[in-house]
Amino acid sequence: MAGYSGLRIFSEGLRGNSGWRPAWRKPEPKREYDVIVVGGGGHGLATAFYLAEVHGITNVAVLEKGPIGLGNTGRNTTIVRSNYLLPQNHHFYEHSLKLWEGLEQSLNYNVMMSQRGVINVFHNDAQRNAAIRRGNAMRLAGIDAVLLDGAGVKAMCPLLDISNGRFPVMGGLLQPRGGTARHDAVAWGFAHAADARGVDILEHCEVTGMIVEGGAIRGVRTTRGEIRAPKVGLAVAGSTSLLTEMAGFRVPIESHLLQAFVSEGLKPMIDCVVTFGAGHFYISQSDKGGLVFGGGLDGYPSYGQRGTLREAEHVYAAGVSMIPALGRLRGLRSWAGIMDMSPDGSPFICRTPVRGLYMTAGWCYGGFKATPGSGWCHAWTIARDEPHALNAAFTLDRFREGRMIDERGNGPFHWMH
Amino acid sequence: MLQINCPHCGPRDEAEFTYRGDATVTRPGPDAGIEAWDDYLHLRDNPRGWTVEWWLHSAGCRAVLKVRRHTATHEIDAVATAGERLGADRA
Ligand SMILES: Cc1cc2nc3c(=O)[nH]c(=O)nc-3n(C[C@H](O)[C@H](O)[C@H](O)COP(=O)(O)OP(=O)(O)OC[C@H]3O[C@@H](n4cnc5c(N)ncnc54)[C@H](O)[C@@H]3O)c2cc1C
Ligand SMILES: [Zn+2]
Repeated sequence: MAGYSGLRIFSEGLRGNSGWRPAWRKPEPKREYDVIVVGGGGHGLATAFYLAEVHGITNVAVLEKGPIGLGNTGRNTTIVRSNYLLPQNHHFYEHSLKLWEGLEQSLNYNVMMSQRGVINVFHNDAQRNAAIRRGNAMRLAGIDAVLLDGAGVKAMCPLLDISNGRFPVMGGLLQPRGGTARHDAVAWGFAHAADARGVDILEHCEVTGMIVEGGAIRGVRTTRGEIRAPKVGLAVAGSTSLLTEMAGFRVPIESHLLQAFVSEGLKPMIDCVVTFGAGHFYISQSDKGGLVFGGGLDGYPSYGQRGTLREAEHVYAAGVSMIPALGRLRGLRSWAGIMDMSPDGSPFICRTPVRGLYMTAGWCYGGFKATPGSGWCHAWTIARDEPHALNAAFTLDRFREGRMIDERGNGPFHWMH
Repeated sequence: MLQINCPHCGPRDEAEFTYRGDATVTRPGPDAGIEAWDDYLHLRDNPRGWTVEWWLHSAGCRAVLKVRRHTATHEIDAVATAGERLGADRA
């Protein structure tokens, strides 16, 4: 009996769990593939899965310098939503959310997708008006959005201090279909399903050079030898600039630090996702009981994957302002990822100046929710050598053409989105 | 935590400063054309290694400083005021 199911768990339980096999193979690299995907995070693995599943391209390798899923995919706070204002963004993220809704069936893997609702709390008239505008834009696009008043927010999240003297909670914008998923399981699920369709997942295979001849990609040099392919897709998040430099061009990306935090394990106390409006703070509770929370960037470029105490202090302060009960808890762990920040806060899923080289990048700190959508659009763009309508706006040259997709209106400062 | 040695105020904690962007790009003239402006505003070397950045001493003397910093180790090896040259050149 192959695959995962309730029946399988039951029968394996009776047989001492002796029948489980690794979820993906550990093959040796071939000398040549039809498509190479660089980066074994969620986006790279999803790209490979959709190449096989939607486009029938199965002679594919995913090259990952370490074990899969230990980059930003395994470091994020796992919030999944599609509550964006701008049409280019909300259509794309809604497509992604719909893929999430059927993902466990498509992958035959439990990614623990939990549509527990995401509330963005607001504290004053201006924030409320912005929330109403965003909610209406979403509803016009057929996306769910509900406006809550203070009492409505309190009913969903009783521990919130809605009468806070300095930042009273006026209400919130709720996306009921938003929620969280299990980050590791997303990487493993895509790996499992891609592998089952013939994709080679090559771990500990770092790309160290790009083979470009006559303006076209021919393959890559790796720590496991040279591997050839007429098409290569990059899905390396904060390392994108390092890879494009090997291919001979610069991209509009700065790599920045973002931290995440978990508390000690607790009984259930927050059963939705809540974000603060008076500081950068978002929180949810994992199934293990730890509160998972985070804030903004540390504020300067870094490949270090470790944050500093200044931002940690800000995050804890914002958290305690919103939910005073957090002041009684102990932090358990914190870590950081390398965020691929773009100058308008929106991503790139596109062709590049090198023929046959494609990329999905610029995910800032919202790319986990994009995982299936990014893989789906990246696979489309690679297979057809042209973008799908959903990612047609996510190009590298949109800045030069004055077509920024600046959700927050912050201007061309990579670290402010 | 970073510690930045401000030429005016001495060594101060990261919390007093604000990152103000890449100092390896130069603002072009108003008529320089779209390519030059795209390069300046958006495109970045984004190295994993030594780079030069603008930092504002926002909670100190409010001067804009030029700082050479390593983006993987976070080490800082030279700080100067905006108009000055940095010490021993690494590039
Ligand atoms: C602290 C934190 C919190 C976040 N919270 C959220 C959230 O709540 N919601 C949300 O939607 N998003 C969130 N994000 C963003 C999200 O995690 C990322 O955008 C997304 O997971 C990126 O996936 P990826 O596959 O592009 O990158 P990664 O998972 O980083 O994968 C890239 C892979 O490329 C590999 N690689 C790099 N260089 C090479 C090379 N030369 N050769 C081979 N392989 C290479 C890396 O080892 C890595 O495994 C958060 C991120 C962080 C760090
Ligand atoms: Zn100073």
